[in-house]
Amino acid sequence: MADQPTASERFIQGILPENPVFRQLLGLCPALAVTANMKSAVTMTGAVLFVLFCANVITSLIRDLLKPHLRIVVFTLTIATFVTIADRFLAAYLYQMSKTLGPYIPLIIVNCIIICRCEVCASKQSVFVAGADAIGQSIGFGLAVSAIAAVREILGTGNFFDIPVLPAAWPDWVVMILPPGAFLTFGLLIGLVNWFETVKASSQASEVLTPAESEGS
Amino acid sequence: MTEQTIDKATLSETPAPVIHVSPSPHLADQSLTTQRIMLDVVIGLIPVVAMALFVFRLYAVKQLAISIVSCLVAEALFAKMRGRELPLKDCSALVTGIILALSLPGPAPWYVGVIASFVAIGIGKAIFGGIGMNIFNPAMVGRAFVMIAFASALAASGYQDVNSSVDAVTQATPLDTFKQTGAVAPLSALFLGLTNGSLGETSALACLIGGIYLCIRRSASWEIPAGVISAALVLGGIANLADMDSGWTVLHHLFGGSLLFGAFFIATDPCSSPLTPRGKFIFGLGVGGFVMLLRLFSGYPAGVMFAVLLMNSLTPLINRWTIPRPLGAQ
Repeated sequence: MADQPTASERFIQGILPENPVFRQLLGLCPALAVTANMKSAVTMTGAVLFVLFCANVITSLIRDLLKPHLRIVVFTLTIATFVTIADRFLAAYLYQMSKTLGPYIPLIIVNCIIICRCEVCASKQSVFVAGADAIGQSIGFGLAVSAIAAVREILGTGNFFDIPVLPAAWPDWVVMILPPGAFLTFGLLIGLVNWFETVKASSQASEVLTPAESEGS
Repeated sequence: MTEQTIDKATLSETPAPVIHVSPSPHLADQSLTTQRIMLDVVIGLIPVVAMALFVFRLYAVKQLAISIVSCLVAEALFAKMRGRELPLKDCSALVTGIILALSLPGPAPWYVGVIASFVAIGIGKAIFGGIGMNIFNPAMVGRAFVMIAFASALAASGYQDVNSSVDAVTQATPLDTFKQTGAVAPLSALFLGLTNGSLGETSALACLIGGIYLCIRRSASWEIPAGVISAALVLGGIANLADMDSGWTVLHHLFGGSLLFGAFFIATDPCSSPLTPRGKFIFGLGVGGFVMLLRLFSGYPAGVMFAVLLMNSLTPLINRWTIPRPLGAQ
């Protein structure tokens, strides 16, 4: 266990270098389904943050009791408990949003981000690291779904958080708030992220190479 | 890579005789280039463009100018982003622009053509790796995008502008009129193209002239339009027999809408259609079948765009079915 990342590393990794949506390609179901506008994307992020944080902390606390062949069942039961709390909370206090998100809040139970974090981090490391990891990963998830939702809501309706930001003459690109828009936006943004990575990697590589080596290649 | 070759060159002291070993295809006839095919398509489109200009006047000029310029700009932009040299010389973006413009309704607002062009070249082609790599017909990808994005501008009502000074545009499209009221357009008007519709689709005669030129030049495979037309004849014939009173005969099905334009100019895109002659015929049958299904049973008055996109997605499967078996293979 000596080489496990520290809490701050876990936190930083979750936000951009190992962004759950754009780098690990996990949690794509909510990333495609609830990103038609910013409000539902932010609500979804809140729910994921709550569930992931609680599940990570509980899993980390009971990590010495886990039996290898039963761990996924325990993860799922832990996650399901907190998803139910989040779902009922939304239904009680944000009824309209709960209606809009529909089945996607209960579906957090099978969201791979959370099971993945329980498996990779919480079941092996201390409570503090697991909590930092949960917050970092949730921020990463939030950034990713907000990026998709911002593109889709602005192009699709001319609004941002339901506030008009584009001139009234803007022709709404209805396709962007429909499912095809989600896939197109998501694909293009992944391409953009990969392009940034390539540019970063190549600029680092050219710094490392000495002039003689770069002539030879 | 270069180092290795240099090493080998310095190692071998006497220069060995050069023997070219290359994988097939061994091209004997170098004349069938992309540029020639695309120029042929442009020539084949001349009668269609002329008819569109004659019937729709300034509407056609506007849409053609917008789409062609946008497509060329988009092609240059995306080629530059990908670090390629300018591929405008092969004319493929020009063809995409013309076909896209001819598939749009005349009164559509300017941004429809611009957005459709950028989507066609960007998402339809550049993302897949440029010309030859695209799995869907670029022009139809662009049109599908704007059709869903701006449903009101491209639905049947978008074709009609009652206050227009151009006669054709003041009427509803023949297929839509038939769907709404059951009134049948005269066959001669459909054949010559004096009706409303997408700019390039109205004249069956112009599509036939341009299309037959393409098939004779072998720039388009004749199997695809043959498949489309035979499927339309069979299904249209069944529909005609099933409902004898409607007056919308097989020939109306054939000459109305964009069936012939799609069969000769859209479905024959060499990148996104199957490779073998048999596969091409099956592809054509599929396009024709889907067109007739969408026409007869769907909410859309015409469905060439969706039919072509659907069959494009089946192209790899058709290729796998119809690839010839090498002699002696199991």
